[in-house]
Amino acid sequence: MNSMERVITSMSHKEPDRVPVFHLFSHYGAKELGISIKEYFSDPGYVVEAQLRMRKKYSNDCLYTFFYAPIEIEAYGGEVVFVEDGPPNSGEPFIKNIDQIVKINPPVIKDSKPLQRVLEATSTLKKSVGDEIPIIGVVMSPFSLPVMQIGFEKYLELMYFRKDEFNQLMSINEAFCVSWANAQLEAGATAICYFDPLASPTMIERPTYLETGHKIAQKTLNQIKGPTATHLASGIGLPIVDDIVATGSAVLGFSGKDDVKAIKERAAGKICLLGNLNGIEMASWDKEKTRIEVKDLIKKAGKGGGFILSDNHGDIPWQVSEDVLLEIAETVKESGHYPIKAEE
Amino acid sequence: MVEKRNLPIDDFLTALLHIDRIKAAEIFEHIYKDDRSFETLEHLTMETLERIGDGWEDGQLSLSQVYMSGIICEELIEQYIPKYKIAFKNKPQIAIAVLLDNHALGKRIVYSVLRAGGYDLIDFGQGLSVEEVVEKTMKEKIDILLISTLMLPSALKVKKVVESLRKEGSSASVVVGGAPFRLDSNLWQKVNADADGKNGTHVKEIIEKWEKEGKNHEFHGASHNINES
Ligand code: B12
Repeated sequence: MNSMERVITSMSHKEPDRVPVFHLFSHYGAKELGISIKEYFSDPGYVVEAQLRMRKKYSNDCLYTFFYAPIEIEAYGGEVVFVEDGPPNSGEPFIKNIDQIVKINPPVIKDSKPLQRVLEATSTLKKSVGDEIPIIGVVMSPFSLPVMQIGFEKYLELMYFRKDEFNQLMSINEAFCVSWANAQLEAGATAICYFDPLASPTMIERPTYLETGHKIAQKTLNQIKGPTATHLASGIGLPIVDDIVATGSAVLGFSGKDDVKAIKERAAGKICLLGNLNGIEMASWDKEKTRIEVKDLIKKAGKGGGFILSDNHGDIPWQVSEDVLLEIAETVKESGHYPIKAEE
Repeated sequence: MVEKRNLPIDDFLTALLHIDRIKAAEIFEHIYKDDRSFETLEHLTMETLERIGDGWEDGQLSLSQVYMSGIICEELIEQYIPKYKIAFKNKPQIAIAVLLDNHALGKRIVYSVLRAGGYDLIDFGQGLSVEEVVEKTMKEKIDILLISTLMLPSALKVKKVVESLRKEGSSASVVVGGAPFRLDSNLWQKVNADADGKNGTHVKEIIEKWEKEGKNHEFHGASHNINES
């Protein structure tokens, strides 16, 4: 089986040859090429080269065209702060007060250099790999993006007490999100990962989410012309599995803090799980610990397909050693073949 | 004196979780009119906030509930401190800062919890470099420095803050918090912090424990994890 077949089989809740692995590498590619993170993201050619190299090296079952979350903030004219040893971070929120919201226009994709770089990386990768391996594009959900646009505190005020302005910002973000997702699909992305950590009950209580972010997700995902995955960026997912299913997403990125057995039961036959190794802890794992964690996860979540092994955040930290990543790949090859021995 | 008898913790909790400012204020006023002490109000507040923080930790409550509850309690305590003719505590000298990241919500929550606990603390701001945090800590002669971070690289830089503080001769105790520390429960030790603040609502316990141990004169020293106590 090639990666595409493996992933599609698992997503159809059937057992492929082995558990598929998504190493979700964004800035980690700069480490592979031995250049600075800022330089790495300045040229889509670097991203293409690193993605292809890391696919081989770590037996990766996907290519990932995610640059960094605040690239969307850059497109809105906001600031991005680069560091030497981690993902680029958003600067001061560019919406200084709630009254400014009426004046905001969604970015035009063809006018945004950073977004064009992502599209170029996507189309070059597509030319290189065809349909052999899925190319995963990324968007921030309209509901989660405002944390970077206006700051978390003001955003909560907006969500709870300023419904009109909240709705206004949501429709601006929805328009952008849909066109950004569809542009990536047109460029060759196989599927879109919709990052929506605020959907997690870790962040917003479920009743509020159902009134807000959930409706927004249904509306937005409906307009995206390709398969979507919802990622909670390590926020817990168990209580909202069925809600995410109802948005039409085919995959759910779940948390290291979720009960694997329970979420597997709830998701069975309904939504494919993606996760849930703790990337932060991974930075201090050794090979032994890695094997234990990976084997345990496969045992609990692998059976019947509907599972892709990955980190729980959708972004491998710079501090994780190559040895650990290689060990993950090795362990999956050894212990991830179907049929999987059920847990004694 | 703290009067724990008949404290309406459950009602207060419900009011906070429903962002019901009016009900919360009524409960405070009732206790005040009953001639009960300020410490009783403070106890009610801290006990309830801790329960809410723990509820978040268990996945039962959301972050927005933690945040809004903190704000409501802070507002109430600020109203009642003058009524009791007392002042916010400014010893030990406490400050809070976000190292490098522009993410102020964690800091805001911890700030509210400590204000609601009657502490006067300094907010150094966010997006600060290691040098800026150290400089401010030295200038303000801080005894307890609370550091919040969002990103892992920022969390790892706490080690540099501690190093520089010691080099400058400060013995300020450092309490850390934020997502990376919550996701790796040993990280606080790796960066040489004195305590891990977890979900923020127990931070007052850490400080009080240190105060009891006489750490306000010589705060730096024994490491401490609230979860182990
Ligand atoms: C929601 C979320 C997002 C949202 C909003 C982020 C934001 N706040 O700016 C969005 C979608 C925008 C996002 C994007 C990204 N994210 Co994000 N995100 C999260 C998530 C799920 C929650 C973070 C959050 O805002 N929490 C709410 C705040 C209030 O909680 P808190 O800061 O932890 O504070 C609480 C306690 O920790 C405590 N506390 C906090 N400080 C202190 C201090 C003291 C002294 C004490 C006592 C207590 C205390 O009190 C608070 C209340 O209890 C976390 C994972 C998680 N499970 O926590 C990842 C996480 C923070 N993200 C992460 C990353 C990497 C990113 C990106 C850089 C990804 C990328 N490559 O682009 C971007 C950029 C973010 C940016 N701001 O520029 C990583 C960071 C660690 C790392 N790997 O370096 C995390 C930890 C995920 C992970 N598991 O690795 N993210």
